[in-house]
Amino acid sequence: MNWTAISMFMVFVCFTLLVTRWAALRTRSASDFYTAGGGLTGMQNGLAIAGDMISAASFLGISAMMFMNGYDGLLYALGVLAGWPIILFLIAERLRNLGKYTFADVVSYRLAQTPVRLTSAFGTLVVALMYLVAQMVGAGKLIELLFGISYLYAVMLVGVLMVAYVTFGGMLATTWVQIIKAVMLLSGTTFMAFMVLKHFGFSTEAMFASAVAVHAKGQAIMAPGGLLSNPVDAISLGLGMMFGTAGLPHILMRFFTVSDAKEARKSVFYATGFIGYFYLLLIVIGFGAIVMVGTEPSYRDAAGAIIGGGNMVAVHLAQAVGGNLFLGFISAVAFATILAVVAGLALSGASAVSHDLYACVMRKGQATEQQEMRVSRIATLVIGLLAVVLGLVFESQNIAFLSGLVLAVAASVNFPVLLLSMFWKGLTTRGAVCGSMAGLFSAVVLVVLGPAVWVNVLHNEQALFPYSNPALFSMSLAFLGAWVFSVTDSSARATEERGRYLAQFIRSMTGIGAAGASKH
Amino acid sequence: MTPERIASIANHPDFQHLVRRKRRLNGSLTLAMLVIYYGFVLLVAFSPSTLGQSLSGGVTTVGMLVGVLMVLLSFALTGIYVHRANNVLDPLNDKVKQECAQ
Repeated sequence: MNWTAISMFMVFVCFTLLVTRWAALRTRSASDFYTAGGGLTGMQNGLAIAGDMISAASFLGISAMMFMNGYDGLLYALGVLAGWPIILFLIAERLRNLGKYTFADVVSYRLAQTPVRLTSAFGTLVVALMYLVAQMVGAGKLIELLFGISYLYAVMLVGVLMVAYVTFGGMLATTWVQIIKAVMLLSGTTFMAFMVLKHFGFSTEAMFASAVAVHAKGQAIMAPGGLLSNPVDAISLGLGMMFGTAGLPHILMRFFTVSDAKEARKSVFYATGFIGYFYLLLIVIGFGAIVMVGTEPSYRDAAGAIIGGGNMVAVHLAQAVGGNLFLGFISAVAFATILAVVAGLALSGASAVSHDLYACVMRKGQATEQQEMRVSRIATLVIGLLAVVLGLVFESQNIAFLSGLVLAVAASVNFPVLLLSMFWKGLTTRGAVCGSMAGLFSAVVLVVLGPAVWVNVLHNEQALFPYSNPALFSMSLAFLGAWVFSVTDSSARATEERGRYLAQFIRSMTGIGAAGASKH
Repeated sequence: MTPERIASIANHPDFQHLVRRKRRLNGSLTLAMLVIYYGFVLLVAFSPSTLGQSLSGGVTTVGMLVGVLMVLLSFALTGIYVHRANNVLDPLNDKVKQECAQ
C-alpha cells in the first residue's frame, strides 16, 4: 500500500465531494444539470476542455511512447493538438449558436427529430461506452499498481465516485472536478519538466545528447521511425486524431456550457494553449526519462523491464525528481485524471439518454425538466454500473485497440454528419441517418478486419484490411453515404428540410435566437 | 422567425458582408492548418530523413524544431482567429443584430 499516494488522493476526493455538494445546491434546472447553466467563462471551459484531452492515457501513454521510440511519441501528440484549431475555425461557434444541451440538438435542428436523435444518441452511447471501458480497464490496472488495492475495488471506486459527481453535481461538479485536476496535472508536469531541465543545466541539447547516448536506438530517437511509414496509414491516423476529437460527445457538450459564441471561441483558444504547453512538457519528460529512469537499475526488475510496465515511466520519473512525496502526488493526480474524464463521459452518455431519447423522442418534448433530470440521473447510474461490469469483464482482455478505435469511430459516426448539417443545405434526414450508420459500421468492421483485432486479438496470420487506422475510409464512406442518400431524397419532407436551412444559417452565423445562459 | 424576417436578414447588406468576412477568415485559417499539418504528415511518411537532419551540428534535429513549431503555430493560428473575430467580426455581428432587431 502506498500511503502517501492514498492520503493525497483522499484529500482530492474529499475536496471534490465538497465541490459536488456546492454544485448540487446550484443544480436546479435541466440547463444547470446538462450545461452548468451555460454560465462558465471561456477560461474555465478552456481548462476543462484541456483537462478532458490531457487524460491519464496521454500523460502516461505519450511519455511512455517517447521513452521507447523517441520522436514517434510526439506524432500522436501533434495529431490531437492539430484538431483544435480546426474545431475552432469550423464548428465551435456554430455549435454554440445552434445547440442547447447535446450535439444532436444541432444535427436535428431542421431535420426530423425522432430518426436523427435516435441515430445521434446511438452514436454518442457507442463512443462514450467504448471510451469508458478503455478508461475503466486502464484505471483499474493503474490504481492496482499505484495504490496497491485490488482491481475489483479500484474499478468499483471509480464507478461510485463518477456516479456521485454526475448525479448530484451535474455538469457544474463535473467541470470543476476537471478544472481542479487540470490545474494539478499541469502544475505537476511543469515541476517535473523544470527538475529534468535543471538536471541537464537547462540545456535541451544536453538532454537530447544524453538520451541519444544511453538509448538503444541512438540517434534514431530524434527522427520519425516506423510509426507513420506508410502514407495511407499516416493520413488515416492523422484524420482520425484530428476529427475524432471533434466527434467526441463529452467534448462537444462542453461548448454549451459557456454563455455565447464569443466565450466558446475563447475557450478553444485557452484549451489549445494548455494542451500545447502540456505536450511540450511531455517532450522534456519523455526524453528526460530515457536518461533519468532508463539508466537507473532500481526502476527495472530482474529481467531488465521497467517495473509496472512501460506506461509507468512518468511515475518513476516523478520519484526520481521529487522523491516519495511527489510520487504520491503524481499517483493521486493520475487517479484524479481518470475520475474526471469518466465523469464527463458518463454525463454525455446520460444526456443522450435523457435529453435525446427520453425527452425528445419518447415524450416528444412534453416531459417536465424534473422528469428529464430524474431520467438522466437514473441513466448515469445505469451507465456507471455498466462501466464497472464491462471493466471487470474486459480485465484481462487485450483492449489496446479500443482507445484508437474510439477516435476513428467518433470521427466517422458523429463528425461528418455534424459538419454537413451546419455547412450543407442539401443534407436531409435520410442522408444524416445513412451517413452516420455508414460511418459507424465501416469504422467498426474495418478495425475488426484490420491488424489491431484480426491479427493481434484473433491471432490470424494476415489482416483482411491492411491499414491499422480506418478513419480515411470510414469517414469517406460517411460523407459519401450522407451525400448520396440526401441528393436522391425527393420526398416532400426533404424539400422542407432544405428550405429551413437559411433560417438555421442565419442563427449559426449571428447567434440571433441562440439559447442564452440561464438566469438565477 | 417568420419567412419575411428571414428574407430581410438574408438580404441585408451588412449580413452578407459579415458572411463574406467570416467565410474568408475561417476558410483561409482552416486551409493554413490543414496544409501545415498534412504537409508535416506527408513529410514524416515520405522523407523522414529530412526531419532527422541535425539542426546545427548537435543531436537536436530539424524534426524536433518542426514539432515544437507545430505546437506554437497551432496556438498562434487560434490566437489570430480570436483576435480578428473579437475586433472585426463581433462589431459587425452586433451591427447586424441591432439593425435586424424588430
